Amino acid sequence: MDQIIPNSTQQIPRIMVGRDVRISARNVDIYYGEKHAIKSLSVEIPDRAVSAFIGPSGCGKSTFLRAINRMNDTIQGCRMTGDVMLDNKSIYDKDVDVVQLRSHVGMVFQKPNPFPKSIFENVAYGPRIHGLAKNKTDLEEMVVASLKKAGLFEEVKDRLHASGTGLSGGQQQRLCIARAIAVNPEVILMDEPCSALDPIATARIEELIDELRQNYCIIIVTHSMQQAARVSQLTAFFHLGTLVETGDTDEMFTSPKDKRTQDYITGRFG
Amino acid sequence: MTDAQLKDSKAFLAKRYAAERRFKFYGAAALALTTAFLLFLLVDIGRKGLPAFFEHHATLQVLIDPTKIDASNPAAGDFATLVKDAFFAQFPEITSRSERKQLRSLLSQSASDDLRAAVISDPTLVGKTITSQVLLSDEADLYLKGQAQDETIPALDSLREKNLIEKRIAWRFFENGDSREPELAGIRGALFGSLLTVSIALALGLPLGVAAAVYLEQFASKNRWTDLIEININNLAAVPSIIFGLLGLAIFLNVFGLPRSAPLVGGLVLALLVLPTIIIASRAALRAVPPSIKEAALGVGASQQQAVFHHVLPLALPGILTGAILGLARAFGETAPLLMIGMVAFIADVPHSFTDAAAVMPVQVYLWSDLPELAFQSKTAAAIIVLIVVLFALNAIAIYLRRKFERRW
Repeated sequence: MDQIIPNSTQQIPRIMVGRDVRISARNVDIYYGEKHAIKSLSVEIPDRAVSAFIGPSGCGKSTFLRAINRMNDTIQGCRMTGDVMLDNKSIYDKDVDVVQLRSHVGMVFQKPNPFPKSIFENVAYGPRIHGLAKNKTDLEEMVVASLKKAGLFEEVKDRLHASGTGLSGGQQQRLCIARAIAVNPEVILMDEPCSALDPIATARIEELIDELRQNYCIIIVTHSMQQAARVSQLTAFFHLGTLVETGDTDEMFTSPKDKRTQDYITGRFG
Repeated sequence: MTDAQLKDSKAFLAKRYAAERRFKFYGAAALALTTAFLLFLLVDIGRKGLPAFFEHHATLQVLIDPTKIDASNPAAGDFATLVKDAFFAQFPEITSRSERKQLRSLLSQSASDDLRAAVISDPTLVGKTITSQVLLSDEADLYLKGQAQDETIPALDSLREKNLIEKRIAWRFFENGDSREPELAGIRGALFGSLLTVSIALALGLPLGVAAAVYLEQFASKNRWTDLIEININNLAAVPSIIFGLLGLAIFLNVFGLPRSAPLVGGLVLALLVLPTIIIASRAALRAVPPSIKEAALGVGASQQQAVFHHVLPLALPGILTGAILGLARAFGETAPLLMIGMVAFIADVPHSFTDAAAVMPVQVYLWSDLPELAFQSKTAAAIIVLIVVLFALNAIAIYLRRKFERRW
C-alpha cells in the first residue's frame, strides 16, 4: 500500500494499487450557493471492485457521488470546479453529452424509486430511450437479462406486467438496480441503497452487489460501517467536505491512519 | 402532588376541554348555518323554476278547411285563424269583440305551429277534422299553474272542467332560442353559446396554461425574472373579471376587429381569465410529483424533456385536469367580462359557428331576470337550475378524474 496523502495534486490518493483506474477526480470543489460542500478533493477509483464512501451525515459523500454522473447539474445553485475523469476522459468536457454519460454511469438512489409503471416498463425504459433494442424480442431479452442480473427475475417472472410499485421495498430496489444495468453502464453509483430496507432485504442487495462487482465499477455511499466492511474492497472516509483517508477496506477498519477515521470507526462521533 | 396542585390542574384541564367544546360548537354552528342557506337557495330556486319545465295545451277539434288551406301548398295557409276559430267554438256564449280579444290572448302567438307542421308533412289531412293540441299563452299557463296574481279566467276553468287542458313537459325550453314570448323562450341558444365559448376557452387555455406551468416549474431557472412572472400570475388570478372584459373589448374588438357578441371573442376573454387558474393548479400538480421519479429518469440517461414528458407530466395529469375543469366551471359561470364584449344582446337564433352572435347561460339568466313578465321569473329560475346542473356535472367529472388517475407512492 502506497503512502496516502489526501488532497494533494502531486500524489493522488489511490484506493488500491494493482488495479485499473476507472474514475479519477482532480481538485474537485463543489459549492451549494455559499456552502462549500466538497473541498479540493482528489481520488482514483478502480474498476471491477466495490468502493465505499463512508462518513458522518453532511460530509459530502453523496454530493461527490452525484458529481460522477453529473446529477449535480440538475440542482440549482450548485457549482463545481476541478475535474472528474472517466477512463482518462473528462466528463465535464464541452463535447461530453450528459445524457450519454448517464447511460455509462448508472445510479441507484437511497429510496427505491421505481416508475409507477409495470415491472417490464421500468426496465425497458432505459434501453428504449437510448435505442438499444432493435425490435420487441430484443427488448424482451434485455429486460429478462437485466432482471436476472439483478436477481429479481425468478420472483417476478409471472407478473412482469404488474406495477413496479406493488413490489416489496427490497424487490423495488433490485428493480431499480435492474433498470440501471439495463442500459449497459460501466459504473454503478449507489447512494445509500439499503437505508430504507430491512436487514433481510439488505443482505440480499449486498449479495447482489458482490456478484455485480465482477463486471462493474461500483461505488456505494453508506452510513453503515458494517455494510462498508461487508461489501467493499476499498473505502474512502469523508469528513466535513474533505477526503480524510482512503485505502483497502480491511486495512482501514483494522488500522486507520488518521485520528478522525479512527474516531469515526470506533464510534466516537458520527 | 399536593391537593392544591391537583385542584389547580383539574381546573386547568376543565378549561381546556371547555375551550375545545366551544370550538367544536362554533364549527358545527357555522356548518348548520351554511347548510340552511344553501337549502333555502336550492328550495327557492326549485320552487320557482321547476314549473317552467312544464307547459299547458288546449285540446281542440280543428277542421282543416279546404277553402282556407290549399292542399297543394299548405305552407301558405292561414292556420292561425283555423286554430282561433276552433278555440272560439268552445265558447259560443262569448261574442263581444273585447271579450273575444281577451280570449285570443289565452292562445300563444305560435299556437298553430304544431298544426301547421302536421298538415305540411301530411297534406291529405286537408278537409278533415283533426284533434290538435294548441299551446296556451304564458298568461294562461301561469293561471293554470296557480301562479297568476288574482283575477279568475272562467274560460280556462271551463276548459279544465271539460278535460281539454293537458300539462306536458316543455321540451320547447330546451329546443328554442330566446324569445319575447315567455312560453316560447328557451335556453338552447344560450346553452350552445356557452358550449362554443367554453370550448374555445378550453382549447386555448389548457395547452397554453399547461405549457407555461411545465416551463416555469421544470425548465426555467429560478431567478428574479421568473419570480416576477410568478408573482404576476398570482396577481392576475385575483384581477376582477370585468377588467378582462375591458381588455377583450379594447384588443379583440377594437384592434383586431373581431365580431361583437361572438363566442370566439368570449372564448378568448375567458381563456385569459382561466389561464392563471390553470397555470397555478398545474404548477401545484407538477410540484406534487416526487422528485425521485424525475431523478430516476435522469439517472438512466433520459434528457430533461424526456423525464418531464414521459414521467412527471403524466403523473401530474389528474391534478392538472382537476384544476382545468374547475377553471372551466368558473368560465362557464362568468358574466361580467362577456357583458363588455356585447354578449348581452337579445339573440333569438341558436348559434352554429364561433362567429355567430350568441348569448351564454349566465347572461341569459341576467337578461331574463330583468324582464317584466311574470313568466320570465320562472324561466330565470329554470335557467339557473340548468346552469347549476351543468356546474355540478363539471365538478363531478373533476372528482371522478382525480379518483381514477390518482396514484400513491
